Amino acid sequence: MSRIVASLAPVALGVALFVGAVYALPALRGWVPVLVLLTIWLGLWAWNARLAEPGALPRDVQRIVVPALFGGTILLLWELAVWFFDVPLVILPPPSMIAARFASSTDILWADFVQTFVKGALGGYIIGAAAAFGTALLVDRSDFLRRGLLPVGNFMAALPIVGTAPILVAWFGFDWHSKAAVVVVMVFFPILVNTVAGLASTDVMQRDLMHTYAASRGQSLMKLRLPAAMPFIFNGLKVASTLALIGAIVAEFFGSPTLGMGFRISTSVGQLAMDMVWAEILVAALAGSAFYFAVVAIEGWVTFWHPSQRKRR
Amino acid sequence: MRYILPVLTVIAVIVGIWYAAAVWMNAQWAYDQAERAGVEITFTEMAAQTMQQDKPVLPAPHQVAQELWKTTGAMVLSGRAFSKRSLIFHGWITLSATLLGFAIGSVAGIALAVGIVHSRVMDMSVMPWAIASQTIPILALAPMIIVVLNSVGVQGLLPKAVISAYLSFFPVVVGMVTGLRSPDAMQMDLLKTYSASNAQGFWKLRLPASMPFLFTSLKIGIAASLVGAIVGELPTGAIRGLGARMLTGSYYGQNIQIWSALFAAAIVAALLVALIGLIERVTLKRMGLAR
Repeated sequence: MSRIVASLAPVALGVALFVGAVYALPALRGWVPVLVLLTIWLGLWAWNARLAEPGALPRDVQRIVVPALFGGTILLLWELAVWFFDVPLVILPPPSMIAARFASSTDILWADFVQTFVKGALGGYIIGAAAAFGTALLVDRSDFLRRGLLPVGNFMAALPIVGTAPILVAWFGFDWHSKAAVVVVMVFFPILVNTVAGLASTDVMQRDLMHTYAASRGQSLMKLRLPAAMPFIFNGLKVASTLALIGAIVAEFFGSPTLGMGFRISTSVGQLAMDMVWAEILVAALAGSAFYFAVVAIEGWVTFWHPSQRKRR
Repeated sequence: MRYILPVLTVIAVIVGIWYAAAVWMNAQWAYDQAERAGVEITFTEMAAQTMQQDKPVLPAPHQVAQELWKTTGAMVLSGRAFSKRSLIFHGWITLSATLLGFAIGSVAGIALAVGIVHSRVMDMSVMPWAIASQTIPILALAPMIIVVLNSVGVQGLLPKAVISAYLSFFPVVVGMVTGLRSPDAMQMDLLKTYSASNAQGFWKLRLPASMPFLFTSLKIGIAASLVGAIVGELPTGAIRGLGARMLTGSYYGQNIQIWSALFAAAIVAALLVALIGLIERVTLKRMGLAR
């Protein structure tokens, strides 16, 4: 603990000095600010390099502190650069302003979040995943279908499916149903392909063993092939979790009611209210990573037996 | 051969479902038209009509194919391959942004991956952010990037290429880092016993070993680049490019135009991925890595 404090102290001091200097010398012009920014950057980088050395800190602490310091450095440089160079707010608002906007308009952001994420993305994700899973179970019954569907599904998964957004918006109207439909189409193929591949992943020996136990088709599915497919299925679910939010946001660019994250982004860009755009992007980033890590957490709970999970402990 | 028949069957089933859906979804319009004209129509007459509406809810496959041919092949034959009504022209606009962005993104991604593999600080500080950034819907940034670059005076190809580059960047970083780390301890030790320098270790072991991983992520990256270029055309009301075709199509209810633009995008994506796959096969074969 004392090691951590000792290594944190000089940085806090340095940051305080620099921030003081920045606000005390608003008349800095020309190459001086560039020099100041470079010094801050090099100083923090050198400090980070020392912290990242093996044994400088306990490994668990290191894994959090080093990236956090890197992120903090970027935010600090961003903030200072905006103030130093008088960057117009319509181009790049400083992080402090984005945070202030985020804090002051939580109600709008929450409504947008519910509309786009909870209804559009999450709704579509659940329907799409269930449909893909059901289709995969059907396809799995026939080797012929599997051989036909896997290449087609892989091909579809690589296509720019976002492009179906205008069509689906025209079919299902402007509200969240059309966004959910876009998400369904986007998440369907990655989950389908991975589930079908996963169900085929058991080897002959294992299936023969089930056969010698006189296991029925359903028993062999529930006790052997489905558990064995779980790592693959979660792979698809993880890929789809990032696609879902993208689909829901992009679909709103083609028409939406007067709320939603995509709607807010495109209208705020039109009004040059960049702080609002960034606040909305912050919400999208938080929601996207929370969603992803929720899927990862469920994966760890379901596939606790898999080597990739055991290694982490 | 094992795959051709099943794949063709699946495609045939999809086309069949599509035709059935076209009849079902366009039926209402056909019945309304008949009622307005004061005639009764049978099911077969209705079904025939649903195949050739001007503004169908769901165009039939052959209508999309006709539109695609009309805006590509037919225009080439009449010598107007690059006229503004040609999908080749719009496809080229999008493709050029895609390729420029993909080049920027993958070169920057490879460079960052090399840095990450050789520097512990970079690995520990950048890598978590690179992984976390893949969970973020980066496309949400697209309208802002376009408008901001526009206000600084950058227009046309570059803003779209920036979005493409951004989307292809992170898959390449993550794949390349995995690839450069793929040589196992035994191989690294062997190079050490040869007293190979860091640079030699990089050029003779790490880089060749990373190639399969690189190509896999390049395929993901180029598909993402195309999506980026298309979405980059949406927010500013661009008038050129495949994304713009979709947008104008959705404004004017030209469903056939949207579908043909969508298929053009799909064909471009398939060609790009196939091209990378071809380069992959040739490279890996020459390196003796092909299985």
